[in-house]
Amino acid sequence: MWSRRQGHLRPTVCGVEELRRRRREQEAALRKARREQQLVSKRLLREDAPEEAGEGCVAAILGEAEVQQFLRQAQRGTEEKEREGALVSLRRGLQHPETQQTFIQLEGSMRTLVGLLTSNQALLQLEAARCLHELSHSEQSTIAEACLPATSYLLTYLSGHSSDFIELCLYTLGNLIVESEAVRRQLLPQGIVPALAACIQSPHVAVLEALGYALSQLLQAKEAPEKIIPPASASSSILASTLPQHMLQMLQPGPKLNPGVAVEFAWCLHYIICSQVSNPLLIGHGALSTLGLLLLDLAGAVQRTEDAGLELLACPVLRCLSNLLTEAAVETVGGQMQLRDERVVAALFILLQFFFQKQPSLLPEGLWLLNNLTANSPSFCTSLLSLDLIEPLLQLLPVSNVVSVMVLTVLCNVAEKGPAYCQRLWPGPLLPTLLHTLAFSDTEVVGQSLELLHLLFLYQPEAVQVFLQQSGLQALERHQEEAQLQDRVYALRQTALQG
Amino acid sequence: MQLPPALCARLAAGPGVAEPLPVERDPAAGAAPFRFVARPVRFPREHEFFEDGDVQRHLYLQDVLMQVADAPEKPRVPAFACQVAGCCQVFDALDDYEHHYHTLHGNVCSFCKRAFPSGHLLDAHILEWHDSLFQILSERQDMYQCLVEGCTEKFKTSRDRKDHLVRIHLYPVDFRFDKPKKNRSPASAEVPGDSGERSEGEAMEICSEPAAASPAPAGERRTYSHRIPSTICFGQGAARGFKSNKKTKQC
Repeated sequence: MWSRRQGHLRPTVCGVEELRRRRREQEAALRKARREQQLVSKRLLREDAPEEAGEGCVAAILGEAEVQQFLRQAQRGTEEKEREGALVSLRRGLQHPETQQTFIQLEGSMRTLVGLLTSNQALLQLEAARCLHELSHSEQSTIAEACLPATSYLLTYLSGHSSDFIELCLYTLGNLIVESEAVRRQLLPQGIVPALAACIQSPHVAVLEALGYALSQLLQAKEAPEKIIPPASASSSILASTLPQHMLQMLQPGPKLNPGVAVEFAWCLHYIICSQVSNPLLIGHGALSTLGLLLLDLAGAVQRTEDAGLELLACPVLRCLSNLLTEAAVETVGGQMQLRDERVVAALFILLQFFFQKQPSLLPEGLWLLNNLTANSPSFCTSLLSLDLIEPLLQLLPVSNVVSVMVLTVLCNVAEKGPAYCQRLWPGPLLPTLLHTLAFSDTEVVGQSLELLHLLFLYQPEAVQVFLQQSGLQALERHQEEAQLQDRVYALRQTALQG
Repeated sequence: MQLPPALCARLAAGPGVAEPLPVERDPAAGAAPFRFVARPVRFPREHEFFEDGDVQRHLYLQDVLMQVADAPEKPRVPAFACQVAGCCQVFDALDDYEHHYHTLHGNVCSFCKRAFPSGHLLDAHILEWHDSLFQILSERQDMYQCLVEGCTEKFKTSRDRKDHLVRIHLYPVDFRFDKPKKNRSPASAEVPGDSGERSEGEAMEICSEPAAASPAPAGERRTYSHRIPSTICFGQGAARGFKSNKKTKQC
């Protein structure tokens, strides 16, 4: 149902500048929300073009009398067309917060709506579900929570067969889930996890995407790491269900991989993994190899198309891999590390280049994976050298201080493995680059540069002379007053002068 | 950022593990004041490192609406009628028909023609309403299965199960898909409805009244009437057979 094309914003009445401004505002609001740990977003499935100009298409705010009238007509009308029409009018009115407020304050309104939702008139059911969906999307808790009487039915319908209807129920549930812990305290005992586990076997792509969305909302909940994810939480546990295996299946590259579906389940997996509840379990299910293969697939896709939406999938995949690599189980499963393939490094660099061009804010996440791959792996460090990836890495230094620190850290990972590695780092562009980064003002960048210099001087002493010749001492002395750097500056100075 | 040309070829080639160069560490490497240690890093959920990616994710969630306007119109086909015997609904869109079929004819009890939202509920219904062996067994052991998928609890009576649904699973007291089996009398005007069926034109209030009363702890309300045999349904299935006005859905 959702178009995967990003960037195909439909023409609206406002201009491009206005759109950009709105987007910046939106982004600022989201950042603020995240810092307050209140990051909540809901999805809205709406078929009518909301801002279409023209008579008869603009939804008007409904008053109490009108809401009552439409409800009565829907419930008791004699002609089916009339009943449907009444619900459609109600649904349009419910696009407005004022109508939503009026609706929930009207006595018996939700009861009537639930009755229509559970009637056997298929189109009435669908329209009633759409009304409910509009309500679920509200930012006001009172309105969303007014939908609670319907949840047991929404869950029941997940085991039905009508895919459009199920999709709608899932998006509605997803919106309600994210509303408040109170809502989740009702949905969990009502059996939402087993219901989702049964529904995930649907062959319909739209249903799967909706399910992924609902699940990601559930997993994003604050109490998820304690109450929803762990296997010990009995029937409401995600890890104890068959969901993890199905999720991984949705992420397997191949002709059946649907990007929209994969994005949702990748985020689900990320929320589970970064909760650090039971990651060895996931590794046991083959998460590392599936995600590794997916990374390769993404790098291939990035090379083939200009689709800017791939970073939506790349981001959670990188996060999952990075966090999983910190698990001790990585080494012990079957005695072999599941992620050894050199192609992973190649794929990662292709993605780094993609981020560099399209989404620089994701560079730190890519470099995080590179750090975790190279930290304890002589093999991957060797790959960096043999695939000539040092220079491209250095090209990332100017992006930002955070990126610089991470690049230098990865280089330290390589250098600390000993002389065989440092010999391949210098002679080369590394030393001039370090002299350059020593001129940075950021303490962390300089600090990491000093660490790298130390390793280079230790394992490749010939570099010292060249360093001195290129005014290295002066570059060092610039920082000799800095508290965090003094000791190291002094030590390096001594080494350089003695060598 | 320039990548070496051979990189793409490497990606396209088969899997492989680089033969590592020899590792040889000098203890002086980690000596103070230097403190670098190569180690994998993990970030927990709320770490600020994730801020940018999270914001992108939420922009995507919120922006998806922008794409809906391009969703295609429902394709219309020449009007056709539902093929199920006794059903006179007419359709001009396949989606409508699919939904209708699954709602009304999908999980239908072959004994009493009631429709259910899922196979799971249909199976429970057939067992509890139409299986005489079930009745016999239920006198000796707990046979009424909890309706929530994944819950394996069983109960002696339908009412015990309802109590469980309400107390443990927070289900509504008048959950429409758990009506206790009872013989109907026309006086109670209850619409038989594990599926919440209603005959046309019947108001909500009538429908919900007996439902609200049925789980009353002060003794179940059983109307034992022999005037109307229990196999006659006043639900939609039967109504369609008796009423002559066709219901059509026209474009």
